[in-house]
Amino acid sequence: MAQDVKKLQGRTNHLITWRFIKNRLMTVFAFSTILVMLCILISVLITLFINGLSGLSFFTLTHMTAPQGLPGGLLNPILGSMIQVGIAIIIAVPTGILGGIFLAECSNKKLSTIIRFIADIMMSVPSILIGLFVYILLVMTMGYSALAGSVALALLALPVIARTTEEALNMVPSAIHEAGFALGAPKWKVILFICLPAAKGGIITGILLSISRMAGETAPLLFTSLGNSDWSWNILKPMASLPLTIYQYADSADDTWIKLAWTAALLITFFVLCLNLIARIYVDRHRKKD
Amino acid sequence: MLLKQAGYRKDKKIIPYLFTSLMWCGGALIFLIFLGLIFELFWQGKQAFSVFGFHFITSTDWNPGEQQFSAGAALVGTLVSSCIGVVLALPLSFGCAYCLNELMPQRFSKYITASIQLLAAIPSIILGMWGFFILVPLMSQYVQPFLKNIFGNVPYIELLFSGGTYGIGILTAGLILAIMITPFITAIMQESFANTPVMLKESAYSLGATRWEVMHQVIVPWVQKGVVGGVVLGWGRALGETMAVTFVIGNAHHASWSLFMPSNTIASLIALEFSESAAGSLKMSSLMALGAVLMVISFVVLFCSQLLLKQVLKSR
Repeated sequence: MAQDVKKLQGRTNHLITWRFIKNRLMTVFAFSTILVMLCILISVLITLFINGLSGLSFFTLTHMTAPQGLPGGLLNPILGSMIQVGIAIIIAVPTGILGGIFLAECSNKKLSTIIRFIADIMMSVPSILIGLFVYILLVMTMGYSALAGSVALALLALPVIARTTEEALNMVPSAIHEAGFALGAPKWKVILFICLPAAKGGIITGILLSISRMAGETAPLLFTSLGNSDWSWNILKPMASLPLTIYQYADSADDTWIKLAWTAALLITFFVLCLNLIARIYVDRHRKKD
Repeated sequence: MLLKQAGYRKDKKIIPYLFTSLMWCGGALIFLIFLGLIFELFWQGKQAFSVFGFHFITSTDWNPGEQQFSAGAALVGTLVSSCIGVVLALPLSFGCAYCLNELMPQRFSKYITASIQLLAAIPSIILGMWGFFILVPLMSQYVQPFLKNIFGNVPYIELLFSGGTYGIGILTAGLILAIMITPFITAIMQESFANTPVMLKESAYSLGATRWEVMHQVIVPWVQKGVVGGVVLGWGRALGETMAVTFVIGNAHHASWSLFMPSNTIASLIALEFSESAAGSLKMSSLMALGAVLMVISFVVLFCSQLLLKQVLKSR
């Protein structure tokens, strides 16, 4: 009898230890995956700083790109990126917000479900295909232009902005919504002047995140704005941009060009990470207020 | 009548109409862009499809000199590299989500979640550059010789690891893809794990279950579909990733068994060959047809992932 109990105890002990060992092992595994991801992030950032910081000077920021062998800067890619992303935002924000309002307020639920589904798929459609689409649509008729690049970027941002707007609108308490109706305001006034201001935080976060995504997009620009080593203000002409410059310079055999590519990479990453941090802090503040 | 007396004139109704129609335009635009995207790619690729027929997908010839184009090699490259990415990303993101949601105190996990999500924000071209200048030398000096040592003499498997250790190739591309999609999958897994009812978890703990047992036997069965949906979504993203892959894949127009050999994915092939093809040529049409093939694959994959995710996240 006593032996049996001991046997059982021994067995249970054995089981317990195996369960706990397994638990420990999985914990160690989980923490090591976190460590791996953080190491990769730190490695990317350190590489960027080491290689990019030395090229970052006043000269680089104020001079145009130059032919191989001559000292050049990054002024035209920086300006070009800003202009193209700016135009893309001007196109994408109103249409995206309208799309978001449609998704949130459309009375035909079946239709809005289908379009929500499509918007979700569009968010993950390969960006290179968007580039090909805009090439067919605009470049084949008008030639390479900064405007076509902006349209391609806007198409990437459109579903993101529409979905975040919709989510932000759905977060608005229905009491506020109904209070507006109770005061006799028509639907468009309720949506424009009550719901949209209440959903402002979410919408702005969505816009910031889509800007940060657009700033680093390269594939759609390859076929639309093409890149330009000279500068022109004409948005119907090809225009340089930072991602395209990185693509061109990083593939070259010239050391100074590779260095410039690192500097451009550092600039973009810094910009993108800052925007992301701002968006995150903004979301946190907003949550605390509620 | 009453309305008229209250000063409600008919012309005031123009704004609601305008607003409603604008709203509908916004919705319709998303729909039209999507349809246009699919239609235009097929329309422009029509020439290549009609010239090569079904051979376009099954053959692996790519010879611009003889006007021979096909999607086979790039298709294999796309599928293999993205599968490697998913296989590597799955344990990584599962571990991350497990650790962040269940093991870490929330005040730490908040910051670590944010920094892992920062990795997703880094543009793909930057990761491509990092891969080309940092990862490729590491692969050629340490990882590939190591794999060759281990698997070099195992029959059949050795085929996968044959060839020179140049660092570039499908394996490196898969690695970069894994790094890119891990934050996405982690975010979706975290969201689905958080959807498990606290009551279920606590009752399991009260029965003496360890954390891993709660994870393995309570949370995972509860959110199965969400996890699968997240992984499939990550796969969909990996299929179309362009710039990062272009840097490390090596651009060779052939399919081989070896994971060390340079190859091509559909997206990188389009990006690399586009500038060398004249508008209206058969090559351009082939590139568009490649785009259409990629569109179909990623549409099917993304469609499945959304269906799976909808079922889990709807319950919120």
